[in-house]
Amino acid sequence: MIQLTINGQPQQFEAPINVTQLIDHLALHGKRIAIECNGEIVPRSRFSEKMLAHGDQLEVVVAVGGG
Amino acid sequence: MDNLVIAGKTYSSRLLVGTGKYKDFNETRAAVEASGAEIITVAIRRTNIGQNANEPNLLDSLPPSKYTLLPNTAGCYTVDDAVRTLCLARELLDGHSLVKLEVLGDPRTLYPNVVETLKAAEILIKEDFQVMVYTSDDPIMAKQLEEMGCVAVMPLASLIGSGMGILNPWNLQIIIDNAKIPVLVDAGVGTASDATIAMELGCDGVLMNTAIAAAQNPVLMASAMRKAVEAGREAYLAGRMAKKLYSASPSSPTEGIIAQAAKKPANGNS
Repeated sequence: MIQLTINGQPQQFEAPINVTQLIDHLALHGKRIAIECNGEIVPRSRFSEKMLAHGDQLEVVVAVGGG
Repeated sequence: MDNLVIAGKTYSSRLLVGTGKYKDFNETRAAVEASGAEIITVAIRRTNIGQNANEPNLLDSLPPSKYTLLPNTAGCYTVDDAVRTLCLARELLDGHSLVKLEVLGDPRTLYPNVVETLKAAEILIKEDFQVMVYTSDDPIMAKQLEEMGCVAVMPLASLIGSGMGILNPWNLQIIIDNAKIPVLVDAGVGTASDATIAMELGCDGVLMNTAIAAAQNPVLMASAMRKAVEAGREAYLAGRMAKKLYSASPSSPTEGIIAQAAKKPANGNS
């Protein structure tokens, strides 16, 4: 069991997962998003190789209206 | 052609608009279209997790293929938050490096923290971002940001979202006169005449959001702002007449005015 903090909210997973699996889990597949793990950008090209570990803090962001 | 050039790229519109505070994305798109803006700002925020997965996305209404998106750091109060936000934005927008930096210092006034802004700008420039920077109307700060390598300096006209107009045209004039990079008024414009005044001063452009979005009819105001910016720019290029204080000068010829009519007797019988 691992715990990840995603946009400030803790979530548990049965086993370690990679970022692609996380995106599928969050139903964000195909969305225009960007992801940061522990303060570092995870490039889209590395989503499937980037394994997430217990305690990782993730930020998943989109573009919204702003001035 | 009288174009705006920022970081080597040419734009025909000198009006930049934000995309916040609209009723829905349809209204956002209609207002942006009416404004004629080519550069539009967006914010970067956490996506909703586990909620409405089919939520509409802003970029579907305003595609990056059609507009130059300018991600901002609105809401950032530290160097670290601002830099991280723009790194996320660059990843989100496929390596797009033109950004709007703002580092705020106070939640009530949203006044920029210029010390932190300088630090963040330095880091971002080293990371190969093209930085358009929101700052106070302090001419020294504006010059330092230019010398550091920012691609445009964007002093406030008045507080963000206040609609108070151009409170210190004298400082803006100093900044414009000193600058070798584009100067854009960012924040504080309330209505069309404010935008025109900014352009008449010699600003290279105006960036606004609330003045359009919070108007009773945002799409009509967007159209007004487009004309206001164009009118101000043309007036600036045309070069205004000199002011002659307390000295009138007739526009019509002073010669050839018809003579005063001879007075007729009061009873009219001659």
